[in-house]
Amino acid sequence: MTAIRPGSQPPVTAPDRSIALIVLAVISSALLLISQESSWLSRLPSALANFLKNPLVASLVLTFFLANLLFAYRWNASLWAKLLVGGLSLFLILPWAGRDNTSVLDLAIQIGIFAALSLGLNIVVGLAGLLDLGYIAFFAVGAYTWGIFGSGQIGKVLTYFKDNSANNGPVVAVGGLVLLIITALSLRAINRVGGKRTPVANWAFLLAALGLVIGVTLLVRGLVMLAAANAAGLTSGVNPNFFWLFLILAIAAAASVGVLIGLPVLKLKGDYLAIITLGLGEVIRVLANNLGTYTNGSQGITPIGSASVPWFNSLAGAIGFSPDQYNLFFLYFVVLIIIAVIVLANMRLDRSKIGRAWIAIREDEIAAQAMGVPLVQTKLIAFATGASFAGIMGVIFAAKQGFISPESFILNQSISVLSMVVLGGLGSIPGVILGAAVVTILNISLLPSLGEATASLNLPPQVNPAQLQRLVFGGILVAMMLFRPEGLLPSVRQRRMMHEDDDPSGNMTPQDSIAGELNPENAAEVYSPGVATRADNERGGGTQ
Amino acid sequence: MTGNPVTASSNRASARPAASSTILSIKGLTKIFGGLTAVNSVDLEIPRQSIVSVIGPNGAGKTTFFNMITGIYEPSSGTVDLDGVSLVGMRPDQVTQAGIARTFQNIRLFASMDSQENVMVGRHSRLKAGYIDSLLRTKRFHESEKEAEDVANLMLEFVGLARFRHELATNLPYGDQRKLEIARALATSPKLVLLDEPAAGMNPRETEELKSLIRRIRDDLGVTVCLIEHDMRLVMTLSEYITVLDYGSKIAEGLPHEVRNNPKVMEAYLGRGAAAGEYGKEEILKGGANA
Repeated sequence: MTAIRPGSQPPVTAPDRSIALIVLAVISSALLLISQESSWLSRLPSALANFLKNPLVASLVLTFFLANLLFAYRWNASLWAKLLVGGLSLFLILPWAGRDNTSVLDLAIQIGIFAALSLGLNIVVGLAGLLDLGYIAFFAVGAYTWGIFGSGQIGKVLTYFKDNSANNGPVVAVGGLVLLIITALSLRAINRVGGKRTPVANWAFLLAALGLVIGVTLLVRGLVMLAAANAAGLTSGVNPNFFWLFLILAIAAAASVGVLIGLPVLKLKGDYLAIITLGLGEVIRVLANNLGTYTNGSQGITPIGSASVPWFNSLAGAIGFSPDQYNLFFLYFVVLIIIAVIVLANMRLDRSKIGRAWIAIREDEIAAQAMGVPLVQTKLIAFATGASFAGIMGVIFAAKQGFISPESFILNQSISVLSMVVLGGLGSIPGVILGAAVVTILNISLLPSLGEATASLNLPPQVNPAQLQRLVFGGILVAMMLFRPEGLLPSVRQRRMMHEDDDPSGNMTPQDSIAGELNPENAAEVYSPGVATRADNERGGGTQ
Repeated sequence: MTGNPVTASSNRASARPAASSTILSIKGLTKIFGGLTAVNSVDLEIPRQSIVSVIGPNGAGKTTFFNMITGIYEPSSGTVDLDGVSLVGMRPDQVTQAGIARTFQNIRLFASMDSQENVMVGRHSRLKAGYIDSLLRTKRFHESEKEAEDVANLMLEFVGLARFRHELATNLPYGDQRKLEIARALATSPKLVLLDEPAAGMNPRETEELKSLIRRIRDDLGVTVCLIEHDMRLVMTLSEYITVLDYGSKIAEGLPHEVRNNPKVMEAYLGRGAAAGEYGKEEILKGGANA
């Protein structure tokens, strides 16, 4: 495979692999369905059945099945074959396999959640080049937004206010509103006096910002007090159908927190930004821990409701899901839709002037600014966009788990999302989705099942895979960064940057060996932000 | 500025009706870093559609001077007015929006972008499409993208890099990278472009090309050019007006031949002895050698 050279035509066309793709998809689907279906397993010879039931084998079968989606995306095959394999796998076989063993759907949803988180962080780190180590905070904001309102917690909060505050709700609310209006008006006045041309004193903005925050706090508090009278009606949370509204609200909440956190810290760069985002991420978690009135502290919130669509439930029932698994089935499809929307938004932003501005900032802040890119505004947009992806998935997470606590949003999670982005390929949309899938499968399925499969061997703990999961995972990360630093599916940019010195005569380099299977034409088209390539539409199908 | 000899000569190139003959007016511009006065109360008037130069020995404060005009540094005191609008306190992107574009002494291209994208970034501040337009792919988005692409191609053609459109910026030869920076600056549709040592590292043939490129920027695009340069031959043949800085202060200004014969300038460049008439000063300042 040749190094991708700008302007050069792909020299070879790989053979059409439609047939191979379909055959592989059929084999892997059959394996998956058989291994997940206890009634079919029981008809097989017991040796074979036991082999398929082995956790490691089952996990590998599932991985093989999911790998088909990657093949469908990357291989040179006709569009109908790709769409067929992608569509059937995602919409039929995976849910079908999941009805007996919910861990399959659970894994799929988990991959979806982390894929969305990675796509969000990819905008911040991969495109805009702002190392954010506290990204999981935005996920927490989304999760708590629904967690508090979708459970009895909101009832508890209201009861607390009913019991503990004097009956001055209207006064506080009106006071907050007045303060809000005054500061908004004064901000406008400041803006008009200062205009765009001259700098306005920092203290004026600080004062106005303070007024804004206090005004909002008072207003919310007042409204909560007013609503406290209705506490009794909300002991099991708001109507589950508000779930849809809260998907939007969580986006807004997470984006606002993104802007709030971003404003003071975005003047910093590199290491300093990383440390301060790490700190602020922890602050959000500690707030969740300590604001016990609202979040129930370290005990967490449970049970959290989830929307349900009656006809969808009857569909699940018809397929053979038991009623307590309807929710998983439903959320799986919600996740698919959200991921599709996120990928679309990501691609569109990326191939626009915003995307170019992000990359320009990453490459050279001073030059970008001198070319007319407003630094703070552009960085804030990156922060808010990334945060909103995490926010919406937070709601899904809360609804899926039915339980959230500050433990779910520790620093480790931020690091692990970052590792997905880097592993997959900074700045590459298909790359980070693959990165999220690989890391999630490794962490949730493959490595634990390796431990389970070897549990009966009574290995000493020093060499027992069950004890060494993190070590294996760490080893994989180190190896990846040594041998393929640009990630699994690097963006064209990264590829061009890192492989400038490659031998252009067509010799395969070690770095290319993973991609060696692939069709150079496709490889050249892993899309380049800022420049529309052909076959955009083709790429949309079956890749999530 | 009345009485400026360049004003009259620049009128011949004037294609548009000018509100005033001065495009950039700088008064008492000063920058103090701690105890060091990098630029000390410098005045400068740049006539519309002229080519002017700021020269001076290394460390004279030329780049600091540029950085203050473009908003990268905030001046300690002094005023900068572009067409009557004060630029002091503006962010660099606002200065660009107001109509000043620049290139950099040490090339600052976006390494992972190809030439076309680099120039398209220069168009950023002039595009109307915003965040929502990009998300929804509105008509305005498509118009903006087309505009960016068209302007980029036009400017690449203008500087003679059209064939490198899809080449990574870092793969271009050094001299072409400097031209690409100029194309990127021109894509912002500036009134005034500041070139920071555009000829640094260029061979004589490339310098000749650059000379005609700078003239075309003024004549064909109607953009005023201000350059910082060490190449005396280039400065002397190209500039209509020259300002000389030394140790942060303006020590001389005037037409090229006036500056060339100014004893203070000779002293700054060559030392006191040369100024007194030894060591072949004529050769050096006439452009016989690069200072």
